[in-house]
This record gives sequence, structure tokens and C-alpha cells, in this order.
Amino acid sequence: MAEIRVFEGEAQTTTTAPKRHLISIEDLNREIVERLLATARNFSRSLEREMKKLPTLRGRTIVNLFYESSTRTSSSFELAAKRLSADVMTVRASGSSVEKGESLRDTTRTLTAFQPDVIVIRHVQIGAPQLIAATTNAHVINAGDGKHQHPTQALLDLYTMQEALGHLAGLQVAIVGDVMHSRVARSLVQALNLVDASAICIGPPALIPRGFEQIGCQVSNDISEVETADVVYVLRMQQERIAAGESFVPSLREYSARWGITPERLRPGQFVMHPGPINRGVEIDARVADSPESLIEAQVRSGLVVRMAVLYDLLTQGPVSLAPTVNMNEVA
Amino acid sequence: MILHSKAGAHGSLTIQGARVLDPGAGVDALLDLKIEKGIITELAQPAGKKRAGKGVAAEGLVLAPAFVDPHVHLRTPGREDEETIASGSAAAASGGYCAILAMPNTSPTVDNAAVLEALVEQAQKEAVIPTGFMAAISRGLAGEELTEMGELAAAGAAAFTDDGQPVPSAGMMRRALQYAGSTGRRLAMHCEEPSLSRRGQMHEGAVSAELGLAGWPAVAESVAVARNIALAAYEEQPLHLMHLSTSESVELVRRALVDGVQVSAEVTPHHLCLTDEAVRSLDSNLKMNPPLGSERDRLALIEALKSGAISCIATDHAPHARQEKDVPFEVAPFGVTGLETAFAALYTHLVEPGLLSLETLLDRMSIGPAHVFDLPVPRIAVGEPANLVLLDLEASWLVREERFRSLSINSWLLGQVLRGEVVLTMAAGRVVFGSDRVVA
Repeated sequence: MAEIRVFEGEAQTTTTAPKRHLISIEDLNREIVERLLATARNFSRSLEREMKKLPTLRGRTIVNLFYESSTRTSSSFELAAKRLSADVMTVRASGSSVEKGESLRDTTRTLTAFQPDVIVIRHVQIGAPQLIAATTNAHVINAGDGKHQHPTQALLDLYTMQEALGHLAGLQVAIVGDVMHSRVARSLVQALNLVDASAICIGPPALIPRGFEQIGCQVSNDISEVETADVVYVLRMQQERIAAGESFVPSLREYSARWGITPERLRPGQFVMHPGPINRGVEIDARVADSPESLIEAQVRSGLVVRMAVLYDLLTQGPVSLAPTVNMNEVA
Repeated sequence: MILHSKAGAHGSLTIQGARVLDPGAGVDALLDLKIEKGIITELAQPAGKKRAGKGVAAEGLVLAPAFVDPHVHLRTPGREDEETIASGSAAAASGGYCAILAMPNTSPTVDNAAVLEALVEQAQKEAVIPTGFMAAISRGLAGEELTEMGELAAAGAAAFTDDGQPVPSAGMMRRALQYAGSTGRRLAMHCEEPSLSRRGQMHEGAVSAELGLAGWPAVAESVAVARNIALAAYEEQPLHLMHLSTSESVELVRRALVDGVQVSAEVTPHHLCLTDEAVRSLDSNLKMNPPLGSERDRLALIEALKSGAISCIATDHAPHARQEKDVPFEVAPFGVTGLETAFAALYTHLVEPGLLSLETLLDRMSIGPAHVFDLPVPRIAVGEPANLVLLDLEASWLVREERFRSLSINSWLLGQVLRGEVVLTMAAGRVVFGSDRVVA
């Protein structure tokens, strides 16, 4: 298990190894997940000190490239980088050359000219992180690509569960709501499988993708199946799912009545999580969100230390991604 | 006249020692072929020594009827940066084709005789091989008003299609069938129920569920296929179904043929070689409409090709500018190129593994589509014009962009090594590819 190495000067890296990225949970294995969670725990202790900043990544440059609005993820990555003394620059799509129609490939080339060590990318389109990884020589961290993956969210969720329940193996997690449009659900199901925990996805029929059980979970439309879960993980339900021509559910009112998480639907001792932002009264009752069993704020705190761990691991430790990047310049 | 090409000298040459394979004529023998002024004048036992005059030494090679592609996008008029009649037909020549039919979803749309006549004129100036054009079913492909099909047929429209778009209304489809019937040209249908395909990015199944890409359910195609077959049966009109991709569609075609409906169908090389598993790479050159299906779909398509329920292989050659495909999968346009790789891809992925015979492949790439669209059927027989392709089945070659004559490079095969190479193509009596193999 890795200890945090705190020393002056640049952290050691292997320059010959293929570039390592964290694009999907599939880039990880159980051993790496355990190492990341252990590193996060060490960072969590260091943050209890009065002097919270560590010199570990001094001289490193981290670019946060956010094409989609985000509060918690972008601020969490930014603070994580700062706590490790890296230079961090956050670029948002609005007010940048992206608005002038610059392609993702060209934006990446431009930013790469500054020689960043890591590019953190949030993008509405699936496949954007792969395209960046094939263009830059920096490490790439996917901070959410469309409905595909959000691996650091899944890692911080594992961390939060481990802190609250003391273990991960054998845990039962019920993921409730709009699985179809959720990158969080996809990453979390895969991450739970890696640590021998189990998942059941529960929601309205049109919001559970056909074939979803094949990624390694049970699926159900019946909310009463949350009963046996140790953790009820609630997903955000959006107004646009009921728009004309969409009709994933008839109304938010009906969704709330049939799948909303209320105190009555929970048994004592069940923990509740949510990736945020929450819609009180839609997918989650305010009483549940504010209850002692709610781990929602703990998730935000976990986000900081887990992202510190990911940055640290990518820049100093063995591979996070086992697979070298496919060079899309060569393939395409 | 449906097919047009630029003027050029008819070839006089001999092709010696090839294995002549013409499934339509039932020929499979080592023969010498003599061509005079573009016409096959002699089929004879191999002479053994070189005959007088210009010729090709073809020992160890296969000589077959050249290919016919009923579904090509030449992007002209409007997107000549992606393809022109000259570049697309040159690409086709190098792929072994002697005739291609271009789709009308250009800018402007080929929905009136003036646009069609301009294309015909351009083809007469620059098409390397005989090239024909389909015209639109509806004005602007909007699915609302019929085009003037009579005038378009007179101007040389090979068939009518709104390819890229379905005809969304069943009532409009009925009118199109009725009216097209009076022109002697058939409808070629892009089968897609838009309220089901919606914003689909790939085949709906376990892979789309995992990747989070919006699913395109197989029923989006088969529902439209069923509707179109029902209407064609009711109106007793012929109907061609383009780029079928699902096992459900195949079953509907099979039953319609049993019921005596005049239905024909085509399938693309990519739907025969790939499944939705390939999309995991998120390579935008694996994004096509209709999307790549399941392995069950692929095997059903191969079976239908064998049985003849699907009688045509069509590339759906869809060139796109580099910068338009060099974007994340979700925003990339649908479509891949195929003219230059179709034979080698199918030989490598279907014939070599034993999934399809070479004879069936050659038939479905040539005679099948020629019959459906009433085009001259390529035959290797005395008195026929030379429409033939010389193939080296032993050759391996790397698919790389420098080889492409197409102006676009959005091929799903880039970087792959394929078996089976086109050595020489003759179209309408002219050597259109591989002239360097002809020696005095």
C-alpha cells in the first residue's frame, strides 16, 4: 500500500511507460482501486492538519477543461490540485475559443503547447476524453463524458461507502432513478463489481437501458426492492425527461410518487447517497436528504481527497490505466 | 440512358491464363480472353505462351464480372470537397466496379430535371466508369410532395430514393409507389422509423447500455420494412430496400418473397463484417446509418446473402470531410467510405473464414444489383462488352489513406491488412484501372 511521499522537488516519474489515463472504470483493477482509496485516506489525515497544503506536485501543471457546467467536480479538482501545490488552470467552454468554433482537437493542441502534466476533461460528448488522450502527451482524467463515464465520482462513492460502512465487499447498493442518462450509474456499477459489492438498478422502464444487466447488475422497476440494500444511491431526475416527444415518464409528480426516496421507503440504518445536484421533492424527499443517514455531504468531502489521490497516483505511481492509449491519429 | 461516362479509347488486349469465374454464366476455367475494341471476341484454352499484341499476364489471378454498386454518395453537387464524380468514379474503378449509382441527397437535392441533367452532363465529362443517378422521391427529401418522376425518369433517373431519410408518412409512401410504377423505375427505400431511431447513435443493446450512447433499436428499421413491404404488396409495385441491417428485416423480406412481393434488398460490407462490439473503440469511422447490429443480425444478413433473399451488396460509400469525422463519436456524421475496400473486406472477413463462397460474393456484387436496377449485366462471354475485374486473391495489402482515390478517408478499415486485391478493371470496354499491368 502506498504511503504519501512528501518531499521537495519534482516527484519521480517513469518517462518510458505508455501514457496513463483515467478515462473509464475499465481502466482500473481491484488492486489500483484499493491503492487509490488508501492514498485518499492518507490525504484525508493530512487535511486535518492546520497546514493543509502538501508540496507533492509542486511544479506540475494541471489543466481543467470544462465544456459542461459543473460546480462540485470542477471545484473539487481545482482544490485537489492546489492542496498538492500543483499549478492549476481552469478553462471553461464559455468565453473561450471554443465559443468561436475551435475544434476539440485544436483546443487540445493549444493547451498541450503549455506542457500540462494532466488534462482533466468534462465534456457533454461521449468519446471526448479518448480524442484528447490521442492528441495530447499529458495524462487525461475523465471528469464526465456525456452519459458514458465519470470514474472519479465512482471512486469517491466507494470511498464514502467504505468510510461509512467500514467495508466494500458484499455491500448491496440500490441505484434508483434515471439510469439511462447517468454516467454515474455506469461507472458505479462497474466500480462496485471491482470490489465484490453488488448493485441493483431500479427505475421506470424507459429509463433503464435495454441490456443494462449485462454490465453486471440486477435491474428492476419495483421500488420496494430497495429494501435489502445497504446503500440507496439516488440519481438526479430531470424535467427534460417528461418533455413532449420524450415521455420517459408521464410526469415528475408520478415519478416522485412511484420512485421518489421518502422516509417511508427506507428502513432504519440504510444509508442514502446522491451525486448531486439534488432535486428535493422529486427524486429525494428533503427529510431523507437532511437525515443523519444521508452521505451526500460526505461524498463532496470524499471528492477532494479521492481526486488528490488520483492526481498523485497518475503522476507518481504505477499505471492507473492498464491499457495504453490507442493513437486515434493512426487509427483514423 | 441511365449510365454515363467520359469518352475514352476502347481497349484491345488479351488477358492470359486467368481463372475465369463468372457465376452467372456457370464458367470456372483457366482461359485466355481476347478483347477487341472493348468487346470480348474470344475465350480460349490457355495458349501457354504470350499472344501477340498488348496483353496482361494473369496466371494465378481470378477474372470475374466487374462489380456494380447501386448505392454510392458522390457528394456532387454541393460537397465537392468530400467527393466528385471524377474522384468517386476513380475510386470505384480501383475497387473493381464497372457501374455505380449515386444518391440524390446532395445540395441542391436531385429532385428536378435541371439538376439531374447537369449531373449527367458532368458525368459525360469526368466519370471514369459508367455512372448513374437516382432522383429524389420527395422534393427536398422532405417527404411531403412528390418529385416530377416522369420528367426525371425521362432525364435518366435510375430509380427514386430519399436515401438518408425515410418517407415518414405511409400515405405519401403509397402515392410514391403508385406514381413511380407509371415511370418504370423502382423506389429504393431507406427504412427507418424516426420516432423509434430518434437521436440514436448506435444499435440498442448491451454495448450501447454500457457506453451510454443513445440506442437505435432494431425495430426502428424492421417496422419501416414491414410497412413498406405491405404497401408494395398492396399496390403490386416493385420495391428495393437499402442497406438492411437487422435479422427482423431479413425475415420480413424472406416472407415477402415467398408471398410473391417484388422486393429486392441490399446489404453493406460493414454490416456483413462488423457488429456493435466494434463501437467500443468510439472510432467515428464506426458510426453509420443504419448502425452496426448484433452478431445475430450479422449472421442473418450473411444467410440472406447466401439464399439470395438479399441479392445486392452495396457499399453505401459515404465520404465525409476529415474535420467532420475528427470529433467525438456522438457528434460525428453517419457514414463510411467503401468503394475501394468492399471486395477485399468481404473476401478477408467472409470468404476466407468460410462464411460465404467466392462465387456468391461475386454474384451479389455484380449480377445481383445489375438485375435489380436494369443495368447492363456484366458477363464474361463472347460478344459482350468487357466489364471485368482481375483479382489477386493471394495478395495482402495495408489499407492506408495514401492509396485512396476518394477525396475522403473515413474508412473503418484504415490500418488493417486485407487479402484480395483488384489488379485491373475494365468498364464498358475500357481499361479504367491497372493499365500499367497491360504490356505490349
